[in-house]
Amino acid sequence: MKAIITVVGMDRPGIVAGVSTVLAENSINITDISQNYVREFFTMILIVDFEKSKATLKEVDEKLKVVGKKLGVQISTQHEDVFKAMHRI
Amino acid sequence: MAYSAEEILETKRMIEEQGLDVRTITLGINLLDCADSALEKMQEKIETKIYSFAQNLSQVASSIQEDYGIPIINRRITITPISLLLGVLQPIQELPLKDIQAFNDPLFHKNKIASPQISDEVINSCVAIASTLDKVAKKVNVDFLGGFSALVHKGFTRADLCVIQSLPEALSQTERVCASVSVASTKAGMNMNAVKMMGDVIHKIAMNTRDNNSIGCAKLVVFSNAVDDNPFMAGGFHGVGEPECCVNVGVSGPGVIRNVVRHLRTADFETLAETIKKAAFKITRVGQLVAQQAAKRLGVPFGIVDISLAPTPRPYDSVAGIIEEMGLESTGGPGTTAALALLTDAVKKGGLMASSYVGGLSGAFIPVSEDFGMTEAVRRGSLTIEKLEAMTSVCSVGIDMVCVPGSTAPTTISGIIADEASIGVINNKTTGVRIIPVIGKEVGELVEFGGLLGSSVVMPVNRSSCEMFINRQGRIPAPGHSQRN
Repeated sequence: MKAIITVVGMDRPGIVAGVSTVLAENSINITDISQNYVREFFTMILIVDFEKSKATLKEVDEKLKVVGKKLGVQISTQHEDVFKAMHRI
Repeated sequence: MAYSAEEILETKRMIEEQGLDVRTITLGINLLDCADSALEKMQEKIETKIYSFAQNLSQVASSIQEDYGIPIINRRITITPISLLLGVLQPIQELPLKDIQAFNDPLFHKNKIASPQISDEVINSCVAIASTLDKVAKKVNVDFLGGFSALVHKGFTRADLCVIQSLPEALSQTERVCASVSVASTKAGMNMNAVKMMGDVIHKIAMNTRDNNSIGCAKLVVFSNAVDDNPFMAGGFHGVGEPECCVNVGVSGPGVIRNVVRHLRTADFETLAETIKKAAFKITRVGQLVAQQAAKRLGVPFGIVDISLAPTPRPYDSVAGIIEEMGLESTGGPGTTAALALLTDAVKKGGLMASSYVGGLSGAFIPVSEDFGMTEAVRRGSLTIEKLEAMTSVCSVGIDMVCVPGSTAPTTISGIIADEASIGVINNKTTGVRIIPVIGKEVGELVEFGGLLGSSVVMPVNRSSCEMFINRQGRIPAPGHSQRN
């Protein structure tokens, strides 16, 4: 199953490293990554694959939130199905 | 990237900031096969059947919430209208049929009968059933169980009468049981015997729960054109024609809609309607996703998604808030009904596209105490019962969670029910009344229910009497346009 991780906050070093460490530790593969500046905020969006992972979405979401707090950014994790359902006919 | 950054951030905002959630996952359960002439046997069958279907409901809802990150606010159960089971109960079988026949039709007997006498044993039996429902609701951890109901739009059966007469006791002695009575339909016309009775019953329920702001009345809805698959409370029940068990979902999203309207200050009506429609599509798709997962994980068929905009007391989660963002200084003023009509229609159009099966009430809810904006509009004096009545002709519910003075005459309450019922009957839509005469409180006084029921201010009611009108017996015939064959 795929998930979409969004990172929003003020840009600083360590964000990509912080997020990818959690993902790597949980055998989650990053299939797509993009960075944007939307207004004055830094936004990073990752599409990730849980196929080889034993972790649940909730567990990963919690770990990422801890990382986010340390880095001063907001990280949230969503199941891909929610996006498919909402944004595609 | 498969999705644009805008889409992803939009979804994130909807869930985290604007209150997008699934309002309820409701399991509808048929209990017709639980009928038994012995009370204890019936109680046991009811408890066993509900438990066997619903034991995993709470845990499944939590697992879906975790997997998808969509908050699922309530877990609920609807059951077969209970009066359909109680006819075989021994004490109810002992009521003379001729008395109920005479009650239904004044011409049947020379002497008009006010209402057949119901013994304490019968009342206690009905209350015992309600207690069983309450007990199993707590056991499976649902916050409400709806269906302690009677459908009397054409006339009463003995069981209907017993269930209705037991309501003051049943609703004061239980916590999670919700009741409804259907008093009218476009096809059947209006059962004015029932309308009159419900005014008295509501007053009694208010008296029985007067120590708690007459909260018993918040668990009863009087309907016209009741639907069989409503997942919301207090009016939900699992109607006849529904399967053994199915899962229905109620989505929410006033906060999301309000947010899109806020960014359209200068837009024309077409843009406004289209944007609301598209947002409703997305909201409903979330409900559809959750419903399909619930059906899969519970192993029961998917019933419907109810696309109603259902407000909560959270300030941003208000239907009145949407109306005011559309350009009304205060909900209840001129333009309110038109704004609500646009909103409800746009929500329906978006929702219908998003879901394979749309049902329930599917409109906009305007429950006064549960909607922060509505309560404020009442407090400001800009929203009256008369305007609410007008609004019910274009949106889904009715005079809902409205607090009136405890001194309001029962026949006046019946008059309000009759008015709402006639709007439903003539316009071929569902309307309902969930009115709370707060014993001991007068106009302008604050009433705090707490939780999802919110808080409100006692609203004034026109004090002119309709006693003579309500005291006429019989039925108002169905309107001509109900004959569609």
